[in-house]
Amino acid sequence: MIGSPDLLAFTKENDVVDSYVEPSQLPEEFSVPLFPYCGNANPWSKTSYAKFARDFILISEFSEQVGPQPLLTVPDGPKACGTFDLNYFSLRIMSVDYQASFVGHPPGCSYPKLNFVEDSKVVLGDSKEGAFAYVHHLTLYDLEARGFVRPFCMAYVSADERKIMRQFLQLSSEFSKASECLKTGNRKAFANEIEKKLKDLEYTRAVLHRETELQKLNNGCYSTQAIEKANELANVEKSIYEHKDLLKQITSYPNRKMKDPEFLPYDSDSLVESADLHRDPESESVARGELDDPTNQRRPSYTPQLIKAKSAKCFDKRLKTLEELCDLYFFHQTMDQLKQIEKTFRGDLCNIYTNQIEQALLKKQKVTNFLFEDFSTWEEDENVKQFCSGNECLLDNLPPPASVPSGEPLSLDSYTSCVETVPIKMEPETGEGGPQEVEMTDSIPCEIAQDNLDEGTDAAMKGSLSSGESIEVLGTEKSFKAQGSQVNSENMANVPSPQLLRVRRRTVTKRANSEDSIEVLSTTDSIIPEDLRASYPSAIHEEDSTDAVEDRTSGQMFPVNPGTDVQDECVYKTGTSVQVDATCCMGQEGLAYEEPSPELAQECCANGVVKQEPRPCCQRDLPLQVDFVLDDANICEDPLAGLSHEPNPTYLLDETSRMNLDDLSDSTSFMSASTSSDRTCSPFLYGSPVTVKQKKKAGQSAIRFIRQYPFAQQAIFCLLSGRTLVVLGTDEGTVRKLVSALTIYLPNLGKYGESVKPWLSSPFHLSDLQNWKLIGIHKMASPTGSSVLHSLKRYSRYVSILDADNKTLRCPPYKGTLMERLVDHRTQIKRGATYFLHVQSMLTQLCAKAFLFTFCHHLHLPINGGEDDDVVATRRMKFLHHLGYDQDDCHVLHFLSELIKCYYLHGSGKGVRPPVFGFSYVTSFVYKI
Amino acid sequence: MLRWILGGREAPGAVEKSPVMVIGEEQPKNVFTELQVLKGHYDIVRFLVQIDDLRFASGGDDGLVLVWNIQTGECLQELRGHTQQITAVAVYSGPTDGTHVHLLTASSDRALSMWDPDTGNRVKTVSDLLSSAKCLLVLHHLDLWISGGNEMCMWDRNFSLLWRTDHHSDAGISAMIELPKNCIAAAVDKEIVIYRLNIASSEEDTTVSEICRLTDHQDSIRALISVSDQLFVSGSHVGELIVWDSLNWSVQASERILWGEPRPAPQAEIKLGAQKQSEMSVRHLASDGELIVAAVGSGLYVYNVMRKSVVAYRKTAHDSNVLHTLLLPDGQLMSCSEDGSVRMWELQDLPLPAEPASAGFFGMWTFGRSSKQTNQTMKKAQEILGLRMLELTGDLIGHSGAVQMFISMGERGLVTCSTDHLVIAWKNGKRESQLRSFDLFCKLEQNGGL
Repeated sequence: MIGSPDLLAFTKENDVVDSYVEPSQLPEEFSVPLFPYCGNANPWSKTSYAKFARDFILISEFSEQVGPQPLLTVPDGPKACGTFDLNYFSLRIMSVDYQASFVGHPPGCSYPKLNFVEDSKVVLGDSKEGAFAYVHHLTLYDLEARGFVRPFCMAYVSADERKIMRQFLQLSSEFSKASECLKTGNRKAFANEIEKKLKDLEYTRAVLHRETELQKLNNGCYSTQAIEKANELANVEKSIYEHKDLLKQITSYPNRKMKDPEFLPYDSDSLVESADLHRDPESESVARGELDDPTNQRRPSYTPQLIKAKSAKCFDKRLKTLEELCDLYFFHQTMDQLKQIEKTFRGDLCNIYTNQIEQALLKKQKVTNFLFEDFSTWEEDENVKQFCSGNECLLDNLPPPASVPSGEPLSLDSYTSCVETVPIKMEPETGEGGPQEVEMTDSIPCEIAQDNLDEGTDAAMKGSLSSGESIEVLGTEKSFKAQGSQVNSENMANVPSPQLLRVRRRTVTKRANSEDSIEVLSTTDSIIPEDLRASYPSAIHEEDSTDAVEDRTSGQMFPVNPGTDVQDECVYKTGTSVQVDATCCMGQEGLAYEEPSPELAQECCANGVVKQEPRPCCQRDLPLQVDFVLDDANICEDPLAGLSHEPNPTYLLDETSRMNLDDLSDSTSFMSASTSSDRTCSPFLYGSPVTVKQKKKAGQSAIRFIRQYPFAQQAIFCLLSGRTLVVLGTDEGTVRKLVSALTIYLPNLGKYGESVKPWLSSPFHLSDLQNWKLIGIHKMASPTGSSVLHSLKRYSRYVSILDADNKTLRCPPYKGTLMERLVDHRTQIKRGATYFLHVQSMLTQLCAKAFLFTFCHHLHLPINGGEDDDVVATRRMKFLHHLGYDQDDCHVLHFLSELIKCYYLHGSGKGVRPPVFGFSYVTSFVYKI
Repeated sequence: MLRWILGGREAPGAVEKSPVMVIGEEQPKNVFTELQVLKGHYDIVRFLVQIDDLRFASGGDDGLVLVWNIQTGECLQELRGHTQQITAVAVYSGPTDGTHVHLLTASSDRALSMWDPDTGNRVKTVSDLLSSAKCLLVLHHLDLWISGGNEMCMWDRNFSLLWRTDHHSDAGISAMIELPKNCIAAAVDKEIVIYRLNIASSEEDTTVSEICRLTDHQDSIRALISVSDQLFVSGSHVGELIVWDSLNWSVQASERILWGEPRPAPQAEIKLGAQKQSEMSVRHLASDGELIVAAVGSGLYVYNVMRKSVVAYRKTAHDSNVLHTLLLPDGQLMSCSEDGSVRMWELQDLPLPAEPASAGFFGMWTFGRSSKQTNQTMKKAQEILGLRMLELTGDLIGHSGAVQMFISMGERGLVTCSTDHLVIAWKNGKRESQLRSFDLFCKLEQNGGL
């Protein structure tokens, strides 16, 4: 009924890239897609006729009642999508692929089975609307829904088709994370719901039993009433059995039992309400829509209630909203993630692409990054450490109430793992590809009643790009690994760790073949670790692989030791949630929606029905997968991924059981997850990380500075040659402004700008000069002021003094050419950000030369023993001259080189070695305007 | 107000105008272009001893002795145990193997301890002495050591007391040196007491006997050093400098440093009389076997024991009292002072008569500063054979309190300690840079590339 939308082939697009590449020397991997619309004179003019101004994320549902409908957008509000018809678009995207997975009765099994289906990822476009979208389909579980599943999708909608195509991997990875988060919360909620329903059923059974007996007594055993009652009772019993089985399935999924319904933040009343008209799963699957099934029940929340045998009409009931479907905490996490995604992919493709290339390159360039680059773009491990060390802070700002686990650590059990949702499936070739289709059908439990496949599914299966979910696997794997080890080290102090270590290791691998373990019945491991390893040679370390093998054996004991799994799931979750903005409230005012959790579906697959699915694709997609792996490695290395997974030490003191431990680390990870997201937006109290944004802002002041002060060159030379520059003034604002302007020239600024002391009113000491290379000092006429001045005088040989009041500079003279280029007071650059980029590019160049200089052996050490230092010095001077550095410019290079050496040798960490403070004995002069 | 800060560099002629010599920021001969601030002490750091090529120890009023690595600046060991300030530190290396070194420390808590600087363990200790030791003397060839406080005690390696003198005086022993023929000279207030060790076959029988007391000093002896096998020197609070014969303990030469010798002019002496005694106190002596440098008040005084004559001097070498001096080869000289600076000097031959002389000639100060003194000064310079000039070549400014002491670690640098609780390692920046390069390429090779 719904036409297949135009699907876009997702390929590597090598050919496309080639066509864009300029005949420049830039290696291909650095090339940025150029603006393709050659006919258009103004590249900034709007080229698409899309009705929305900028990209947004749309969440839609295929409602069983009203069909496809949009639920919410990120960003919020009507502005996001303009006049774009969300309803229509929802219909389009929901009709593409929805891997229907339903509860059915697998042959040989009389109970409904949950279907654990992986998400599918599709790129589609609507050329009429000018809208293109990356669509991430997922299913959430809902006890009241048809087949227990409700299909949802998250779509990244953009007017730029190429953006979607090129960013497919990133999008897929990011959305997968968000999806995992959502599904985890959903599983938790779902399990809870089943438990409540079970209570109701038990109660109903008791009541019915009593009534049956009564009937028998009154009317005899074979009276109609008695038989009716007996039937009813039998139905209830059957229902109980089925629900128990469902519960087992959902809980065995993460191998944890969900015991603590209290944890759920849901309002019980609303639950009752929404659960009002509930249909039996069995009736669903066998004859959906048939309402005469007597087992339709009502169910209360806590106090068990009698379940009515009559069911209402299907369309009367109110379906749960997305928020209700998912644990609140996870829901907010997901929304945060989506917002972050929106932020990440905002803007022009070229820009995104350039940034990505830049970041990828920066990560490779570990030796010199610390000099001038923004830390957040490349520094990873540090980051993690940083956050971990700030654990106390993390614990202070606890997450939204829903997740506060303080009282009930057990409840964390109920967090089901998303591990298992990770399919090892990858068919990124084409949407129309035949093999894929096969694949897909494979992946769908064939025993599922055909009628369960609704129209959307068919369409979807035709052209879905079910994509590289395997990215995920890798990602989680990797990120976990990092985290795991870290956690371990963190734990060392408190806990006898070998055991712990062991546990975690195992979890790592457990994820890999988690699907097996879901289903105890399943006979074969469709995805064995070996498979994984084969496809991700680069990502999986040997130790893990051995563990993996071992783990395969330990798979059987999986249910016994469920905590572990949850653990890494949480890891995963934190990893993703961290990138999220702290604004988690958005979802609340948003529309209500529910998302069918694909995990359930997937579980079903794993439940033995669809065993053969993953392996073939693994093999087929091997080369591409490797690419994915590489790509994903970056993502997974995301420093933030690991940062929050730090168990609360006090919790850890209690090491009564592994499970406990895991619970707790879980809980802490949740806490930290949310708090760390807080952190990202709210600066640390003790000095926030210096961001590029701040620096760009400082660029404006810098322009003013170089225009205003003719001796700006000298001042900046001081900074670049390692001589501490003191900005002296009576007015704090002026001084601070000058300091921040000069910050952009300062090498080795430090992540939090440790090298800068913007405002100081007390005397400083020699050791301060080692740490601070740029100091703003309060000039005041007071005893303190005079002692400050005294220290200035005492150490005057080590500092240059910029007097902001008198506009004088006392510093050594500068002769050279470097600063002229860097600091040109006649510069035509108007904007601060532009100037900052100009400076940054010059500094990068400088950096490269410093690197070259530092790592040229013969410039520092004799080639053979016969050479004395003078020869080396001469050679060095010649080299510098050749590079274009003469006279004082050499000092700059020398200083940077020393910094690089120290950094390379000892890292950035302040270890046991005290820092080295270098200086030179040079006469200073006073410069005036 | 900020004129001093922004007033530009020092005028080249400042030297002549100011009584205290000042060097500008341009110090081409100063090789110490890198420093490391070594933090670890909580109170005044008073003592530094070199343990071996790489290590040195610092001791302070906080009772801590820290062992440092000069190259990296790491604190290798913290020797904790003394409850009060350290009064003396010495290096003890047995006669058998000079390789394994121990540290001897004395503290005001009346304890003596021996430490293993490798492990940080307190190997031996004695406490509850009658008085705290103020100085330590290790007789390496005898494998014995002596502590001097209000009484003198002789110990062997195992901390067993071999011999002890009676209570000397309240002043106690302020300095001890070893003399040839198993003799020891100890400065006790105004006297120098000579002891002789009677070495017996077994250590237990070793006895010490007092030979004589040298009473030529008018005031308390502040410094006592051995110059060579033949000579030792002592300096007193009132500026007396006496050169003694090490064998027969006779006075070889005696100088009264009055900063203005009686020679120049009578009115000078009157002025001198007004000087505070502390300005003439000989606080420290250092020698290289031929030259003696004496820290006298805030000035420096270089004396040639062979010629028995003054080589050079500078009355106001520092802004405040000079606390420690050091003679390096090539006529290099270093001094540190309460003013918080370390200064490096060079003994230079006199400039040509045509050149204007700078401060520092004998008696020059007595005439005030005026160019017409030049002739006279020149005359003097010619008169006094071998008189040389003490030229300031550089200064090290880093401490914010008095620099108590410094030791030179050869080419690895110079270590200073101060009342500001800091120890600073001063290094040759060029050398360090090269060393870092070396390390860098080593690491590069280890890592097999970047």
